[in-house]
Amino acid sequence: MELYLYIALFSPLVGALFAGLFGASPKTLLTGVVNSSLLFASFLSSAVLLGYVLNGQTVHVEMMQWIAAGNLYIPFGFVVDQVSVTMMMVVTTVSTVVHVYSIGYMDHDKGFNRFFSYLSAFVFSMMVLVMSDNFAGLFIGWEGVGLCSWLLIGFWYHKESATWAANEAFIMNRIADLGMLIGIFLVYWNTGSLQYDKAFAVMPTLDNITLMYIGVFLFIGAMGKSAQFPLHTWLADAMEGPTPVSALIHAATMVTAGVYLVVRANPLYHMIPEMGLFIASLGAFVAMFAATMALVNRDMKRIIAYSTLSQLGYMFVAAGLGAYWVALFHLMAHAFFKALLFLGAGNVMHAMDGELDPFKMGGLRKSMKWTFIMMTLASVALAGIYPLAGFFSKDAILEVGFVEHHYVIYTVLLLTAGMTAFYSFRLVALIFHGEERYKVFGFHPHEAYKFVLIAMSPLAILAVIAGSFKSTYFDMVTKILPNTEYHIHSEVTEWTMIIGTQLFVILAIFFAYKKYINFKGENKEFEKRLVYKVLINQYYIPYFYEEYITKPYRELSTVFWKKVDMKVVDATVDCIANGIYKAGENTRDMQNGNLSSMLRWMVAGTVILLSLAVAFGLAVRYADEISAVLSGLGA
Amino acid sequence: MMEIGLTHYLVLSTVLFSIGLLGVMRRKNLLMLFFATEILLNAVNVGFAAISHYYNDLTGQMFAFFIIAIAASEVAVGLGLLIAWYKRHGNINLDAMSSMRG
Repeated sequence: MELYLYIALFSPLVGALFAGLFGASPKTLLTGVVNSSLLFASFLSSAVLLGYVLNGQTVHVEMMQWIAAGNLYIPFGFVVDQVSVTMMMVVTTVSTVVHVYSIGYMDHDKGFNRFFSYLSAFVFSMMVLVMSDNFAGLFIGWEGVGLCSWLLIGFWYHKESATWAANEAFIMNRIADLGMLIGIFLVYWNTGSLQYDKAFAVMPTLDNITLMYIGVFLFIGAMGKSAQFPLHTWLADAMEGPTPVSALIHAATMVTAGVYLVVRANPLYHMIPEMGLFIASLGAFVAMFAATMALVNRDMKRIIAYSTLSQLGYMFVAAGLGAYWVALFHLMAHAFFKALLFLGAGNVMHAMDGELDPFKMGGLRKSMKWTFIMMTLASVALAGIYPLAGFFSKDAILEVGFVEHHYVIYTVLLLTAGMTAFYSFRLVALIFHGEERYKVFGFHPHEAYKFVLIAMSPLAILAVIAGSFKSTYFDMVTKILPNTEYHIHSEVTEWTMIIGTQLFVILAIFFAYKKYINFKGENKEFEKRLVYKVLINQYYIPYFYEEYITKPYRELSTVFWKKVDMKVVDATVDCIANGIYKAGENTRDMQNGNLSSMLRWMVAGTVILLSLAVAFGLAVRYADEISAVLSGLGA
Repeated sequence: MMEIGLTHYLVLSTVLFSIGLLGVMRRKNLLMLFFATEILLNAVNVGFAAISHYYNDLTGQMFAFFIIAIAASEVAVGLGLLIAWYKRHGNINLDAMSSMRG
């Protein structure tokens, strides 16, 4: 089994290095094919490991020692258990699909090979993140995915906006990673180990405040990576990257790392329920907050990004309320349909020559039949209609909220579910139905390559059937996660809730269709309203950050640059250099090559040495007297 | 009449050494520089001989002989170089010898 573990882990790395060899050369189809095959190998190995884990066994290897100093011992250890194998399956499935998809999507791009190198490197980092058996390895993967995310968001680095978005994502994550790092330090400081099993075994003996600090700081890291409020602005801007990147990194895998961390640290969060409640409340808030922004946005990819944010909120609600398996299940289901949605959006974007505004599209279902079907499927799954994946996972989260008596959270999530359905079908209606508004702009839409559509089909199938794995999944994953089942006691209440939710969601869908299917032009009246202005400007949060954080910081930096750096630091350094330079210039005359003057210098040197010798001789002779005098001065 | 003792010899040695040092510093003629060096060495010799006599210890006088030998060989080599220089350049002025100017 170790062999499969190493194949699953390292074949993306091999792919990254291989494609990296051709990074600077023009497109070679070979890199795309080789990398996709390696990813497929990784997927197969993960599937074998999944089978092994389903039998109730786990794999734990220690590849080699990494840091061994004093009491600190950190190995390169990897663990395949019920939780990490879930993540491995999600990561490898989605990334294999995305790799094949990218062969078609990046077809005409100059950086084709470079793209595959980065993408595989990302998968490798993500695998390290989920498979590591200690916090240090997790952190390495954490930083690795951050780096690859930066590289891929800024993939079209000649675009100012892309580099800006890449830097924003990187810097926001750096802020959060500091919190994460402090959390890891606290874990080591208090438990003496970074291995999950050892650290969590010691934690029950610690006092509550320490646990609270650890939980808070680790969660700050999770907030950055999973783009939770107030560190959420980078995710929507990250849509500057190529669409396959958005599908893989900013929907299915990397942004869920925060959820994974909370699930992985479940013994810790189990002991601090107050923190759990905070996580759940923040999650519910973000779910609604992001969904409202998605309601009015006019950028296809941003709408889906806000939807991702909203669904991450759902996952945090489940994780915060202690329903770790539900969080993980929603993570998995969400990865499938959200990646599918993004890839479909990528097809639309290609057909529309990079146009992102759904108001300029419409009626695309005739020319893009398969994309239309798949995106509709994904939207239905996202909205949570029975029997698609989203129904099972999202309904479970709602039930958790209800059973745990957090009715406020429950209501917020229910409303959000309606909004989710609304904005998803607003998008579908605007893109695929109604008049063909794009004709005015002179677009000639065409369906994507056949192999691209075939590559997307596994995700479509999974988006439909993933819900049926629920009980199997529950049996598997609750071997290491708390196996709380959430059943509403009265059957009537349960059915009322399910049917009520379904009706509510379906109503929202119809409302969206009715409003946008015969969309003619923009509603100028509506756009003048305050609500619209607040939402389209993302609650003015980016503006606030720019005005009250970035600008003062820049001014402060300018002051420090001009006043401190130039006038103090630089001046000091220059002063030393100039002094030495001038001393050299002035003493140059000593070396005039004249024997007579050299002899004079020699005599002068002799005199100085002699006088020093005499002075020291005297000092030694009268040492006692001198020290007496000096001590007298001191006293 | 005053008896001539160690002090006088040492004073003589010091005076000679100072004259030699001054010569080393001031002279521009290479030949004169050699003379000044000889004065320096012999000033030391006077000191050695005087102190050797004062302590009844022959070591100092032995050293004086060594110094005379070294001075002789130094002058032999130095004069050889001096003559070679003179043949090539036609003068023995120190200020003209500045091919090593930095």
